[in-house]
Amino acid sequence: MSAPSAAPAAPDRGRGSPRRIAVYLAGRLLGAAASMAAVTVTAFFLFRVLPGDPVRTMTQGRAVTEAQLDELRRQYGLDKPLGEQFLDYCSGLLRLDLGVSYQYRAPVTELIAERLWPTVLLAGTGTLLAAVLGLWLGTRAAWRRGRVVDQVNTGLALTLWSVPTFWLGLLLIVVFAGTGGFPTGGMATPGVRGPAAALDVAHHMVLPVATMVAVVYAQYLMIMRSSLLTEMGSDYLVTARAKGLRDALVLRRHAVPNALLPTVTLVFLNLGQVVAGAILVETVFSWPGLGQLFYQGLRLPDLPLVQGLFVFFSAGVILMNLLADLVYPLLDPRVRV
Amino acid sequence: MAFPQAPPARRSPRGAALPVATALVLAAAALSPLPPAAAAGTGGTGDTLTIAMSQPIDSFNPFTAQLASSTAVLRLVYPTLTVPAAEDNTPTGELAESWRTSDDGLTWTFTIREGLTWSDGEALDAEDAAWTFTTMMEDPGAATANGNFVANFESVRAPDPGTLVIELSKPQATMLALDVPIVPEHVWSEVGDIAAFDNDRDLPVVGAGPFTLAAYEPNQSVTLDADEDFWRGAPGFDHLVLRYFTDQDAMVEALRGGEVSFVHNLTPAQAESLEGEPGITVNAADGKRFTGFTVNPGARTRDGEEFGDGHPALRDRTVRQAVMLAIDKEALVERVYGGYATVAEGYIPARYEDYHWRPADGERLGHDPERAREMLDEAGYEEGADGVRVSPDGDPLRFRMAVHNDRPDYVQTGRSMEEWLAEVGIAVEGDYIDSGQIGDRLNAGEYDLIFTGWTVNPDPDYVLGIHTCDALPEEPGSMRGDAYFCDEEYDEYYAAQLAEYDPAARADIVADMQRLLYTEAVVNVLVYADMLEAYRSDQISDIRTQPARGGNLWAQDGYWSWWSARPREAETEGGGLSPAVAVGAVAAVVLVGGLVLLLVLRRRGTEDERE
Repeated sequence: MSAPSAAPAAPDRGRGSPRRIAVYLAGRLLGAAASMAAVTVTAFFLFRVLPGDPVRTMTQGRAVTEAQLDELRRQYGLDKPLGEQFLDYCSGLLRLDLGVSYQYRAPVTELIAERLWPTVLLAGTGTLLAAVLGLWLGTRAAWRRGRVVDQVNTGLALTLWSVPTFWLGLLLIVVFAGTGGFPTGGMATPGVRGPAAALDVAHHMVLPVATMVAVVYAQYLMIMRSSLLTEMGSDYLVTARAKGLRDALVLRRHAVPNALLPTVTLVFLNLGQVVAGAILVETVFSWPGLGQLFYQGLRLPDLPLVQGLFVFFSAGVILMNLLADLVYPLLDPRVRV
Repeated sequence: MAFPQAPPARRSPRGAALPVATALVLAAAALSPLPPAAAAGTGGTGDTLTIAMSQPIDSFNPFTAQLASSTAVLRLVYPTLTVPAAEDNTPTGELAESWRTSDDGLTWTFTIREGLTWSDGEALDAEDAAWTFTTMMEDPGAATANGNFVANFESVRAPDPGTLVIELSKPQATMLALDVPIVPEHVWSEVGDIAAFDNDRDLPVVGAGPFTLAAYEPNQSVTLDADEDFWRGAPGFDHLVLRYFTDQDAMVEALRGGEVSFVHNLTPAQAESLEGEPGITVNAADGKRFTGFTVNPGARTRDGEEFGDGHPALRDRTVRQAVMLAIDKEALVERVYGGYATVAEGYIPARYEDYHWRPADGERLGHDPERAREMLDEAGYEEGADGVRVSPDGDPLRFRMAVHNDRPDYVQTGRSMEEWLAEVGIAVEGDYIDSGQIGDRLNAGEYDLIFTGWTVNPDPDYVLGIHTCDALPEEPGSMRGDAYFCDEEYDEYYAAQLAEYDPAARADIVADMQRLLYTEAVVNVLVYADMLEAYRSDQISDIRTQPARGGNLWAQDGYWSWWSARPREAETEGGGLSPAVAVGAVAAVVLVGGLVLLLVLRRRGTEDERE
């Protein structure tokens, strides 16, 4: 990823020169690659430090002979020395093979693929709604800072932000599920097929998405509010007003677009975490996503599963950070300098 | 400075579009309860019975499945040779109609029921059983889950379709408790690597139980269809749906709302809250499991190599018995379990009447701190200045106790024990830690007291076997049981009970073994916690517990509960919307309508401005 041939021909030191862009790109890509390598090594050793013997946990309460335990260790590859296990893991990773889960007896990549869609659906919808709601309310709060709207909005958002997710989820279940007609958990009613299935999934999404949005929208609100407040002291707003523009227009056309920049970063960071799902929300609502899978994996510990998910989640965050780095110069000319 | 000028013209309409999109999504979400609302309340109405399970499925392959939830499903799908009766757990015929043993006890001949078929119409006979057992003996991968049952088998053959002959290398009294699902040879002989086969792709699965495995949504649900031609009679419900819940409280709410008809694994607080609710019956079944702790009597390998750092004073039986005398088990039942438990004395839970043992008055180690103090005084454990006794060798009686921190009942029990033992001059320091760490400490022999619990099967052989000298680890760090107990007399009893084919005589030997465990006080049981379950009695009738008195419904040894359950005739179940749904829908409509109106007004304002 080094500088392309154009570099020596035109030693342009100005803004946005191809050479500078190439250096910028190469730097970001190298950084991402280094992070990924560190994550790979960490994933393997981190979970091996966890106490507990997966074979013992798996067979807990079952009548097993030693031969059976040895057979399980052989099947899981735990009879090999640690170094060999690590090499197997690394060579598998190069082939995009994350190993076979102990408890599900299925390839980890297959398990991740199976549960990726439910997680993206839930966490993606939640993040999107939270961002939209947060930006909108944050704008209102900043524009009328110190007034009742601001105080109520900010107060409510911060209160919800500090509420434990599982508690809020359970509260929603108690109030709205069962007698309220919403399902208490899961993603679909068994046996529902065809067009009704989409509606059924939407029905199952209402409470978990509501929980997620309620807890996280505050961060978008606060960032939007504070960055808009910064913009509101700027000269160009005074100019805009002096031109005779209505307040609402000054806000929408001038202040908000500038204030959006920090929020974009936040959205990207959170998009990276979308694949990690909302472990707590998924657990409370028995949502068959990646977060729940991770939780299941940790209980054993199901080493191939948790290390595979760890690598996958980290890759998601690293990729999104990289994207944010790459997109940012397009949005904000100042970064290109 | 000029930069902000460019985008506004385009941004303005988009700025309005975003909230509109949001409003639409919200509207879709808010209105969606309407169509499936009727479906949400179908936990047990009609011909489908929905039950909640709190564990995922690891595999539907009976040769490898380990989790209790998978075993519970497989018991409904595949037959076994014999099955513990619903009434009293005595072995009764399933595939096998009758059986006899040779005089030397080494040959078991089972007569297989005639005229049975697999769900695909193929004949089910002794050859399927012979193939199943033989495969487990020959392929270590096929022995993963149930290999222990065939470890002592010499050979298995089917001289004719109605006869199965099993030759043993030494007598084995557990032959009527072989919890091995028999699979169809014509399907499974086609499977290449049995250890890697999950049996969840080709549905419905070919089986021969009261239900057939019809559909599976990983991590969500399992759907079973009733087999109308099941030889013992058709099940009461046409379909059985097992829904997986990851949250216990959400599961209880699902029962309240009628979304599921059965929940299990309840906490005492949950059971109490459900008690007395109309249409719901709480079943507090006698525990299959004992909760207790073991004392480190000096960890050692089979060859006698000592390791670990157990307190030396615990090698003295007097100290171990004094520990037991200090504990008030009755208080535990009330304090920790809210009454949903029974005081445990014998190692085998009280629900197994044939094998359960109680100490006679003279040998009982009940709550008696006074006697504990006297015993310790007599044995020379004198109280030091800080109130902690010191052994004749000069070691203060300070014990480390490892307790699972993810089990509230263990934690509360541990705290009570710290208190009670302090009263007799024994200082106990509780380590409330992760169960993984508990396993590591046990393996390393680095503990003084350690909490444990086992689920006991109708045949007690296995839980008795883990305290023989054979169960000691070959090398440090590979412990199979939960106590480093090793006693010659106990081992003799163990061998004798395994060779005794007369149930009454065997029960006597098992009683002697429990007396020995009780007196030695290395393996100590405290309570048998009730198995707390609840079901919609307004949706289910005639469901059978196992055993009939004080029995459980979930995880039975057999298929009795779900086979016997029948739909209760609908009395008042009316369709349509519940008032709460209607109120919610109206509120949502008002909210969304308001939002849309607001946006429209704002857009109009913008347009005015443009003109």
